[in-house]
Amino acid sequence: MHVSESHSSRQRMNLFDSRLLMPAIVSAFKKLHPRTQWRSPVMFVVYIGSILTSLLFIQSLLGKGEASPSFILATAIWLWFTVLFANFAESLAESRSKAQAASLRALKKTVIAKKLATPKHGAAWEEISAGELRKGDVVLVETGDVIPVDGEVIEGIATVDESAITGESAPVIRESGGDFSAVTGGTRVLSDWLVVRIVVNPGEAFIDRMIAMVEGAKRQKTPNEIALTILLIALTIVFLVVTVTLLPMSLFAVETAKLGEPVSVTVLIALLVCLIPTTIGGLLSTIGVAGMSRMMQANVIATSGRAVEAAGDVDVLLLDKTGTITLGNRQASDFMPAPNVSEAQLADAAQLASLADETPEGRSIVVLAKQRFNIREREMEGLHAVFVPFTAQTRMSGVNIGESTILGERAIRKGAADTMKAYVEALGHVFPPEVTRAVEDIARRGSTPLVVVDGDRVMGAVELKDIVKGGIKERFAELRRMGIKTVMITGDNRLTAAAIAAEAGVDDFLAEATPEEKLRLIRSYQAQGRLVAMTGDGTNDAPALAQADVAVAMNSGTQAAKEAGNMVDLDSNPTKLLEIVEIGKQMLMTRGSLTTFSIANDIAKYFAIIPAAFTTTYPQLNLLNVMHLSSPSSAIMSAVIFNALIIVALIPLALKGVKYRAVGAALLLQRNLLIYGLGGVIVPFVGIKLIDMILTGLSFV
Amino acid sequence: MSAQSLLLLGILLSLLFALAYPLGLYLAKIGESTTTFGWISKLEHGLYRLAGIDPNSSMNWKTYAFALLVFNGIGTLAVYAVQRLQTSLPLNPQAFPNVSPDSAFNTAVSFVSNTNWQGYAGESTMSYFTQMLALTGQNFFSAATGMAVAYALIRGFASHSTKTIGNFWVDITRSTLYVLLPLSTVFAIFLMGQGVIQNFSSYQEVSLLDPVTYSQAKTTADGQPLKDEKGNPVMENVTVKTQTLALGPVASQEAIKLLGTNGGGFFNANSAHPFENPTPLSNFFEMLSILLIPTALCFAFGKMVGDMRQGWAILGAMTLIFVLLSSVVLVAEQQAHPALQALNVDQTSSALQAGGNMEGKESRFGASASALFAAITTTTSCGAVNSMHDSFMPLGGMVPLILMQFGEVVFGGVGSGLYGMLIFAILAVFIAGLMIGRTPEYLGKKIQAFEMKMTSIVILVTPVLVLSCTALALMSDAGTSSIANPNAHGFAEILYAFSSAANNNGSAFAGLNANTPFYNSLLAMAMWFGRFAMIIPILAIAGSLAEKKRLEVTAGTMPTHGVLFIALLISVVVLVGVLNYVPALALGPIVEHLQLFAR
Repeated sequence: MHVSESHSSRQRMNLFDSRLLMPAIVSAFKKLHPRTQWRSPVMFVVYIGSILTSLLFIQSLLGKGEASPSFILATAIWLWFTVLFANFAESLAESRSKAQAASLRALKKTVIAKKLATPKHGAAWEEISAGELRKGDVVLVETGDVIPVDGEVIEGIATVDESAITGESAPVIRESGGDFSAVTGGTRVLSDWLVVRIVVNPGEAFIDRMIAMVEGAKRQKTPNEIALTILLIALTIVFLVVTVTLLPMSLFAVETAKLGEPVSVTVLIALLVCLIPTTIGGLLSTIGVAGMSRMMQANVIATSGRAVEAAGDVDVLLLDKTGTITLGNRQASDFMPAPNVSEAQLADAAQLASLADETPEGRSIVVLAKQRFNIREREMEGLHAVFVPFTAQTRMSGVNIGESTILGERAIRKGAADTMKAYVEALGHVFPPEVTRAVEDIARRGSTPLVVVDGDRVMGAVELKDIVKGGIKERFAELRRMGIKTVMITGDNRLTAAAIAAEAGVDDFLAEATPEEKLRLIRSYQAQGRLVAMTGDGTNDAPALAQADVAVAMNSGTQAAKEAGNMVDLDSNPTKLLEIVEIGKQMLMTRGSLTTFSIANDIAKYFAIIPAAFTTTYPQLNLLNVMHLSSPSSAIMSAVIFNALIIVALIPLALKGVKYRAVGAALLLQRNLLIYGLGGVIVPFVGIKLIDMILTGLSFV
Repeated sequence: MSAQSLLLLGILLSLLFALAYPLGLYLAKIGESTTTFGWISKLEHGLYRLAGIDPNSSMNWKTYAFALLVFNGIGTLAVYAVQRLQTSLPLNPQAFPNVSPDSAFNTAVSFVSNTNWQGYAGESTMSYFTQMLALTGQNFFSAATGMAVAYALIRGFASHSTKTIGNFWVDITRSTLYVLLPLSTVFAIFLMGQGVIQNFSSYQEVSLLDPVTYSQAKTTADGQPLKDEKGNPVMENVTVKTQTLALGPVASQEAIKLLGTNGGGFFNANSAHPFENPTPLSNFFEMLSILLIPTALCFAFGKMVGDMRQGWAILGAMTLIFVLLSSVVLVAEQQAHPALQALNVDQTSSALQAGGNMEGKESRFGASASALFAAITTTTSCGAVNSMHDSFMPLGGMVPLILMQFGEVVFGGVGSGLYGMLIFAILAVFIAGLMIGRTPEYLGKKIQAFEMKMTSIVILVTPVLVLSCTALALMSDAGTSSIANPNAHGFAEILYAFSSAANNNGSAFAGLNANTPFYNSLLAMAMWFGRFAMIIPILAIAGSLAEKKRLEVTAGTMPTHGVLFIALLISVVVLVGVLNYVPALALGPIVEHLQLFAR
């Protein structure tokens, strides 16, 4: 029940969904408040113009008008429409975001949590409201319960429905330890139980951040938006001076030519509104809100619009090999025994060493041993075996068997070739050259060699195969065309890393990566003036995430990683970075394209209004009426109407964004210049002429 | 376009590029203050020691701008003082009185701002001392100031995370000492070879071979045209048998007037005067020398930012706009004037005459060389004239007006052309950069809110000055009473005056009596702010860019060389630079053109 409901609420909405239209129209009128209008200086000028023409209309009704009341009224009405259309565009984008926020807020319904007295399964618990939970509290979540707040699983394993947050209906496994220990408030446990330590205080949780971001999108301007706003204000001031000074010029012309009437204030206001960049001015905030909304649809939460914009600027992408470039985890694929060791003996030792190893690699060795030689899983206790886990110091894992027997310990170890070589040599034995060769062969194939040692005897190597994801090579080629360099990060040795890098088609790789190495790499790229993006999920990624310019943490990752990043991917899909880059770029492209379009429009508007405004003084200027508009008032009305309607016509583009194509900067620029630059010159000529024909045909003017 | 015009334009541009390229590389060396040049370096460092300047200390943009303003402020006061005191100063053989306060103020601002608008007539106002020391001195210093700002901006692009943009005192010293002085000396000697005079003699009275009778407007004691009760000027017939030949140290001032894109003539007739510009050859090299340093600076820019293609792109955009618009003047002036045609004046091009509209043009230059000179002097911020722009055909006169209204960025003034064009490049990169989905960057420097704020000021300054001053003049009696032609042409004269002043060009559509307190002070204000209200934000941009990292070029970087960028830059210059003037132009030259040819 819950699954389907929440899923439907996060469905993509149509551009002009009827549920959104009506509230948007209402809100368009509400936004007529001066304080709201002041937020967009360009539209504020139109707003003042609308008020002025309305007053001029009233004046003309009193018989002292500067032009016919119907003309002034029509101008005033269309100026009001211009303002309303811009308001409507913004409202529409906001209502889409609000709908998204509302579906999120529904998750915040009061949840009763089972707070444990001691952090242990089976301890006594008391019911308290989720809002009262503090960081560090430990709660029990059982089948059917909703996880109250974000936390970390410290005990247990359970299937969790995270569709409410991610929109993905398939349940996921959450368990203690490792990379799947983070749980998100608002998700529901479907089976089994979890003991969860709360990691955030009220109001800091994920959903809170998400709602704040969606609702706050309109309030914070991104850096490029600020720069663009400054330019738009400058253009508005210039055109204000142009139109204001036109009045004395017109008066002088009338005085010297002794013919005609000076240009009316209504016409000057119409000219001003047509010249200032209303198209981009009216749609600027819409584009920003829509960009955030698109991020939400991609299931990415950005902490700020600034981060979204920065994503468009990324030059270098650091990608973790595992999960991003290769399919999940490595699988054991072959046993390569040392001389005088049979494959079965090697498999047996390897299986013993991996019995208690819960890593996917360890499990895959057990599986392979069973498949090849039918070696069954053995009970650790029955063997008197003690698991020796992997530590950063020893860099190997294995088992000690039969410590109480007189034969003494049988120590089986597995680990990377160089570690094991050092281990064997420390025991005073020679590492067989055949094994070294086998190790190199494996590495050259892009697989990972694992050397198994039984006591002091080198048994051989196990090949752990990496499988490169299908289609990833094409994505990297696309990124290269976008001008983005891809760097693969892996803990593998150089040989293995090089083989996989070549297979996947990345530009560069960092082998044997440690957290410090990653940090150094990011800093060196940044010192070259590049913008670095990376994805990460583990706690050891946190420093690098904090250093990167765009850091996407996986939702499944640890809390430390999520806090270090400036975006969180709810789907925990590392290739999402590519989409994020595209959304960032789209936002800028849409702004740039509409600005170009808006400025280019002015040429046609001049040709419509200038002859019309001065034709009574200088009839010769009618030669500039290249569109052959039927009359001066029709020409001015057509320009004003076009100016208003173009905003409506471009709302879908502002919401959807200009499509990004990875074809390189020069081609992309050429394409957009043709469409929005040249198109911006031509479209208004056609549009104004059409409107003029309609107005004349319906004899409105 | 006639074959003669094409040939003239072609040869001029070829020779220009051939000379400007090596000069550009040399200018780049001058801009890098580490390069030294033998014994002149000793002189250079001697000057620093004398002034107590540490040439190795680099300034941040605010200090740089402050030094620049102080230097130019003192320069203005000095030029003003010399004019006001010239009776007590030497070298005044004609015993000219002190210049009136408003005219002296206007002239001081005019020469300091590299405008060289002249409300006065040189040969009847200024002593040789004033011409040589005050005016010629500022010809050097104002050009050097332009070069200094250009160097500072280039350094902003070229440097990597630094707080400083160079040392102003070093920049003007090196620009003057290593570039302007040597070039002017060579060019002055060449001009003297062509017949340009250089002496300190008093004026000579010579008898005319043919006594001339003409009618002229009577003037009142204060130089205003005397008008009858209907407002028409009162005419009188005059017969003259002798002529006073004005003399003076012309060549030394002439060379820097052109090389420094100053344009303030020794004589009122400027380069139309035979003592300033005697032969077609001198005329050709005068045109060349106007364009020389602005062109060379484009190459210096490419060299200093480490990518010559960037310099070529800027130069390419400038050249294309220039060729296109100068062709319009050349074609327009080769036309027969309908009014003269009605009087059966033969204006066709033939073996005996070049033809075209010859009103206000010197017969030793003809229509082509006059039209081209007009285009060059206005495309750069020079403002020297060898013909009267007021007498051009409406479209022929509109092009110089438009070329100035571009903001003097097509070649432009020495230094100011390049820095102005780079601002348009920043603007082009900003709009286009957004269009490809990245924070815009130019030459590896991100263009962000601060740069856009300063860029906005730069693009706002001149249109606001030109349009509001024009409107102010039209609304006041003091403004309209100076107009000789009360029609669309009279409006164009006022528009031209303020376009010329605010863009620091200095050429005039004669026909407007601008030597009145009203125009002297309003024009002076336009010149001062047109110069320094641009320079300060540009230095701010230089400072802000210098602090930024230089990003590497990737496939995602928008290329700022090549045809696409040139086309983009031209579109931005046209759309943002000139769109503002369309209504004003429609009420001036455009309607004039339509009226003239509608007959």
